[in-house]
Amino acid sequence: MRQGRPPRTFSLFALPIQCASLPSMFDEMRTKEGGVRAPYEQIAAWLTATGEKTLQRRQVEAEALFRRLGITFAVYGEGGDPERLIPFDLVPRVFGASEWRKLSRGVKQRARALNAFLYDVYHRGEILKAGIVPEALVYQNEAFLPEMVGFDPPGRVYSHIVGVDVVRTNPNEFQVLEDNCRTPSGVSYMLENREIMMRMFPQLFASVGVEPIDEYPSQLKRTLQEVAPPLCRGEPTIVLLTPGPLNSAYYEHSFLADLMGVELVEPSDLFVEGGKCWMRTTQGPQRVDVIYRRIDDAYLDPLAFRPDSLLGVPGLFGAYRAGAVTLCSAPGAGIADDKAIYVFTPEMIRFYLGEEPILKNVETWRCAIEGERDHVLANLKDLVVKQVHGSGGYGMLIGPHAAKKEIEAFRKKIIAEPENYIAQPTLELSSAPTLCGDALENRHVDFRPFCLVGKEVRLTPGGLTRVALTKGSLVVNSSQGGGVKDTWVLSE
Amino acid sequence: MCEASVFAMLSRTAQNLYWMGRYIERADATARLIEMGRRMTMLPSANAEWRSVARASGSAKALADDPKASDRAIIIRLLLDAENPSSIRCCIAQARANAKAIRTALTSDMWEALNDSWRLLETLDADEAVSELPIWLDWAKQRAAAFRGAVETSLLRNDGFIFLKLGELLERAEMTLRLLDVKYYVLLPETDVVGGGRDFHQWTSVLRATGALRAYHHVNRGDYTPWSIAEFLVLNPMFPRSAAYCFTQIDRRLNELALLYDGQRFACHDIAANMVGRLEACDIQVLFQSGLHEFIGDSIQITNRLSSAISNAYHF
Repeated sequence: MRQGRPPRTFSLFALPIQCASLPSMFDEMRTKEGGVRAPYEQIAAWLTATGEKTLQRRQVEAEALFRRLGITFAVYGEGGDPERLIPFDLVPRVFGASEWRKLSRGVKQRARALNAFLYDVYHRGEILKAGIVPEALVYQNEAFLPEMVGFDPPGRVYSHIVGVDVVRTNPNEFQVLEDNCRTPSGVSYMLENREIMMRMFPQLFASVGVEPIDEYPSQLKRTLQEVAPPLCRGEPTIVLLTPGPLNSAYYEHSFLADLMGVELVEPSDLFVEGGKCWMRTTQGPQRVDVIYRRIDDAYLDPLAFRPDSLLGVPGLFGAYRAGAVTLCSAPGAGIADDKAIYVFTPEMIRFYLGEEPILKNVETWRCAIEGERDHVLANLKDLVVKQVHGSGGYGMLIGPHAAKKEIEAFRKKIIAEPENYIAQPTLELSSAPTLCGDALENRHVDFRPFCLVGKEVRLTPGGLTRVALTKGSLVVNSSQGGGVKDTWVLSE
Repeated sequence: MCEASVFAMLSRTAQNLYWMGRYIERADATARLIEMGRRMTMLPSANAEWRSVARASGSAKALADDPKASDRAIIIRLLLDAENPSSIRCCIAQARANAKAIRTALTSDMWEALNDSWRLLETLDADEAVSELPIWLDWAKQRAAAFRGAVETSLLRNDGFIFLKLGELLERAEMTLRLLDVKYYVLLPETDVVGGGRDFHQWTSVLRATGALRAYHHVNRGDYTPWSIAEFLVLNPMFPRSAAYCFTQIDRRLNELALLYDGQRFACHDIAANMVGRLEACDIQVLFQSGLHEFIGDSIQITNRLSSAISNAYHF
């Protein structure tokens, strides 16, 4: 199952946050003058009133709750407990209503543009002809699937769940670190973190107006219903396709299937016959119309993609192309979240939507371009260098934290294959109050909202806040002290 | 093929429940089998007992045929061997794997019953296992009992419950037959009445291993004859480990399933009904004359056929 490049689903906690030293960055709760920022007023009062000792006790209770509910992620082959808990910090991360309005418009805008880009590159390629995105970057990209050319997915939607990783560097600005157009994970933590917080601090929710997020599963289901294939008659049968219990996000798969009331299937439960997709049930084969797949393109269909794959449903891609079943996300959607393409997202927004981008990109230098490469090579010790096609955290250099030897090794790699690398500055990431032992301290956070694209574009007011629990740490990777927080959007 | 979106259970889920039922029961029965071997070897001049246990288990044939195989090797094979899919460790590991794969169709009580102390068995080494054998045999039996209890009070009574029960009953029928066969290997009945000492001890240990000693007393008022013991374990309709009881229940569960599934009946329904008929018409004296061992071998084959007929019928 784990051949070649690690599947995208493993990347949830593998994305390092880049940041500079702790004191200079934006503090989510406090102003420079030491006052409390408006969205955090009630949280600050609550923290003071509760006291750190009590918070610490409640933290232990929260962890016990998680364990009892069995909210774990699987890590095999590293030794230790294969069923691990993700550390949960009970101090919520808060967005004010107007902050959210901006962020929400920006995320939806991006999700629309990314889908428009996908439709375009698999059809006429207008953006390439206009000279905005270099042709070679798309057509020679391994994430580009020639098999998808000319095919119209239902509703022209390719990426039905877009996870946009956002960081904040100052009071007025959100920046997008990367887009996840394939199968972003983490939404179960968004839902469970809220559930735990509501169980533990009901009085807090009574006094602070927090936008509810529990509509997400039904909105996801509605989104999937909206992209039923042309040959589907009546109510579509939806399934969630998982690689199985050994996958790190298996808990999330079973959790979402449960909340949507759909079957959780493995590839061996499905087969294609007579051009249609069926699942094996105790009462014989049943039609399947929409597949929310949490499995990589390469493992979908051994006939179409990887003949050596033991996973997959032979003939599935053919049934998809014939309009008998819908795959969410569409195969080949990964070309839109490729790191080499990322640079052009603001241009996509202008080109397809005729709008100015609401969210900024992080400044990015492409090593393929001579002038930019020179800049990168001259400043390696201050930059973060990423491999273009690597998924989260793999093949990456964090300049300020790297040894000289490592930097020199990377220099050679960049010179050898410049088109494989991009570089970004180390960002001054925002930080939020976090319970560390028995004291509240600031820790770096990032944010991943989950935008749904069907006939409508929907965004639940919330998302997954990840926090680097180690002081000054750049990395929210759970094996290196990364955790999660509940995320609050205050109502108007 | 049905185009309508009637809610049906995934075949894989049914399969996982069925095998979870079988594996739990097998862990329980294997513990009882080892216990029986232990009791038999407590008598002086015991020698072939462990090998007959190995043979009856159906999963240690090489050891059963090897005259030099040690007791210890057989115990380890049945208790801990990761290569033996019927060892207690593997049975419980398999049942846990089945449970994980259908997390949504399982209750938390059932999961806890499987999970408790599991890590201890995982890390157990052979020396410890042999020196603390009774503790681990009890543990396996307790896990099985706790699991059945959790099923009884927490699982929805739908098709999933029926598949779990079918697996459990089928395995139990087979293991009772196998336990009875151990005695056949040790000593064929030569006299009408079980003689004193060793013979007596061996027959009663078969009853003990099936948890039937008291029940047998209650029914037969204390007389031990080979055929009344065999009759009790094969034909008694009230004893829950007897083959007759298990097959009657299998027949009943399959009929319930047919009711749930639009009256659909398959080969498995016929096999079960035939077996029930055969057991009802059976006379133990005749059975002994025509050969108990042959009858047991035959019945075990029928359970195997029934098992594959069930998976064929329900597509797993």
